[in-house]
Amino acid sequence: MALDPKKHEMPVQDAVVRGKNFDEVALGYTKEVAIAEAQRCLNCKNRPCVSGCPVNISIPEFIAEIKKGEFEEAYRIINKTSSLPAVCGRVCPQETQCESKCTLGIKYESVGIGRLERFVADWHNEHATEKPAKPAPNGHKVAIVGSGPSGLTCAGDLAKKGYAVTVYEALHTAGGVLVYGIPEFRLPKKIVAKEVQTLKDLGVDFQENVVIGKTLTIDELFEMGNEAVFVGSGAGLPRFQGIPGESLKGVYSANEFLTRSNLMKAYRDVNDTPIMKGGKVIVSGGGNVAMDAARTALRLGAEVHIVYRRSMAELPARKEEVEHAEEEGIHFDILTDIKEILGFHNPDDPRDERNGFVTGVRCVKTQLGEPDEKGRRRPVDIPGSDFVLEADTVVIAIGTSPNPLIKDTTPGLEINSHGGIIVNEDGLTSRKGIYAGGDAVTGAATVISAMGAGKTAAAAIDEYLSK
Amino acid sequence: MYKIVRKKVLNPTVTQMEILAPLVAKKAKPGQFIILRTDEDGERIPLTVAGTDPEEGTVKIIFQVVGGTTEKLNHMNQGDSLQDFVGPLGRPTETEGIKKVCIVGGGVGCAIAMPVAQEFHRLGADVTSIIGFRSKDLLILEDEFRACSNKLVVMSDDGSYGRHGNVTVPLKEMLEAGEKFDLIITIGPLIMMKFVTLTAKPFGVPVTVSMNPIMIDGTGMCGGCRLTLIKDGKPVTKFACVDGPDFNGYEVDFDEAMSRSRMYFGFERKSHESICNLYKQEAR
Repeated sequence: MALDPKKHEMPVQDAVVRGKNFDEVALGYTKEVAIAEAQRCLNCKNRPCVSGCPVNISIPEFIAEIKKGEFEEAYRIINKTSSLPAVCGRVCPQETQCESKCTLGIKYESVGIGRLERFVADWHNEHATEKPAKPAPNGHKVAIVGSGPSGLTCAGDLAKKGYAVTVYEALHTAGGVLVYGIPEFRLPKKIVAKEVQTLKDLGVDFQENVVIGKTLTIDELFEMGNEAVFVGSGAGLPRFQGIPGESLKGVYSANEFLTRSNLMKAYRDVNDTPIMKGGKVIVSGGGNVAMDAARTALRLGAEVHIVYRRSMAELPARKEEVEHAEEEGIHFDILTDIKEILGFHNPDDPRDERNGFVTGVRCVKTQLGEPDEKGRRRPVDIPGSDFVLEADTVVIAIGTSPNPLIKDTTPGLEINSHGGIIVNEDGLTSRKGIYAGGDAVTGAATVISAMGAGKTAAAAIDEYLSK
Repeated sequence: MYKIVRKKVLNPTVTQMEILAPLVAKKAKPGQFIILRTDEDGERIPLTVAGTDPEEGTVKIIFQVVGGTTEKLNHMNQGDSLQDFVGPLGRPTETEGIKKVCIVGGGVGCAIAMPVAQEFHRLGADVTSIIGFRSKDLLILEDEFRACSNKLVVMSDDGSYGRHGNVTVPLKEMLEAGEKFDLIITIGPLIMMKFVTLTAKPFGVPVTVSMNPIMIDGTGMCGGCRLTLIKDGKPVTKFACVDGPDFNGYEVDFDEAMSRSRMYFGFERKSHESICNLYKQEAR
């Protein structure tokens, strides 16, 4: 059979239709398409794809099972190393990880590894009826701070080895960024809930509404009998640009805008949490979070502009997300920098209800200059190119800086100049028994790199407590 | 779920509840707050802790019915349970080195000021309390304040109880008479806190204000609670949930804070009306 040079297309909701709903954009492979795509895998002996995966999934092996139609077996292989396959199959940047190493990719398009992973996980979630067997307890107790991707992975790996694991979550729902940050149309919340339920079935205890550093300290977690603690508390405080007008009404951090829509479900009319919707929304930034915020605003009924100070080629977001955003009709105002947010002010009536609300942004056009220390070309303002874009809402999506709650209440925990927790290659911090990983260590990064860190720490905790 | 152990109506719009939340009860200190949700579709609202009983494991909250969520909360009763209750959040009020303090509370802000006054009293400081209300029927916590204050002045806007006028009137008189406070702590409506700060300014007395802006997570993640401090002439953005809720009154940009507090005024009004209508329908 001749090898198809292209990977099988992922079926998606029509761009016009999906711009008006919060249902998932990508619809997933059918059984037939999955088997056909699996057949493109060359099953290379040296398995280059596996080296591209932060959690080392046995990729050729699970794909071989798909070829045979043994989907549950394929799931079992993935689940040996990944606790969140349905999540990774959706949000991993496979094009820069496993798929970038695929031998097929040298000449043709690589195997659609992420799409196959998603298919297997969804198939399992739909068909499997057996609950995982609870492993025999090994008598050790571990606490996990934060129920995002690193915490869930660490919890899953330890629970499978028989540890009594308790996960503490500050918010009212487990999942961390998978719940408050990534929108429903990219990662349905019922999938996250299912992955959390799988961990519960393994015996993991979830304690929501507990803020470590406030409700309990890390030292108290040790006093409660935990022998090790993993800190996966995530990124923290949103960064603002330090430009005039950022406190006007209608200016949100991406964290706030997404949390209102995702966690608090402000997009549903029955929920009590308000959100500014409709009109014209400007999103400042070019990363995945900016794309999520823009596409959420669009679905809430707005005309959306992404304002980014470099060109399309430098956008840090995944290509697929940018393409989806463009298809849905989001405008990209590139090589443009926001200098000031403008607000309504009625000089004759201080009680005018419109006072203090956003009316627009003052921008300047930029051109790319010399590369900076990271090798990205620096944007340089073009003098005299000022112009105003009208806006009702402005969302600032330029990143976060670490949350101080844990460092402030954990004596001896060393942090770096950016506020990230310092760890060694095993995820061990400066304090014995305290491990950390994910954004709390690295600053804002990807779901899968956080999962990789959770996995590394779980192995190190196991070794430390098995001694 | 977090059980409402006791409920007490303090005045027609202000209610006190004690909630079973042992971990919070053990930790909470005066000045800190909690966030609650009444039900699965509810919003997260911050309320300052009005007292704790660590042995019973309960936390006291006092709230005024101002919008949809507080209306829903007010319809809940002893034995009902709140969906979520998390805390204590924010930093406790600084009490160190203060020998003589003036506590200025306004309206439902007195509920937050009360545990602060009690804490200073417990620590042996000389406590002067000035509490103000719109009118007699809105008065709350007078006995509690009397018990923990060396001196208490009750004010009402309409003169129906205590002295007639704003809380700034007796404050100014005391300062002019030469009272030397180490610190003035003021808790209440933004406009009142602004004017307490302005009143104290000529006398050079430090002023701490307790900010209660719109919040979601309360742990520093969303930035919705941000406010601007003016430090050495430069604006600095702070988050009330992790940096506060107490701030130096002389540094707070009150006008901006007042504007931001009205961001969802339209939503809030609509939500309150629709929830009230629901309860009316049920009553029929």
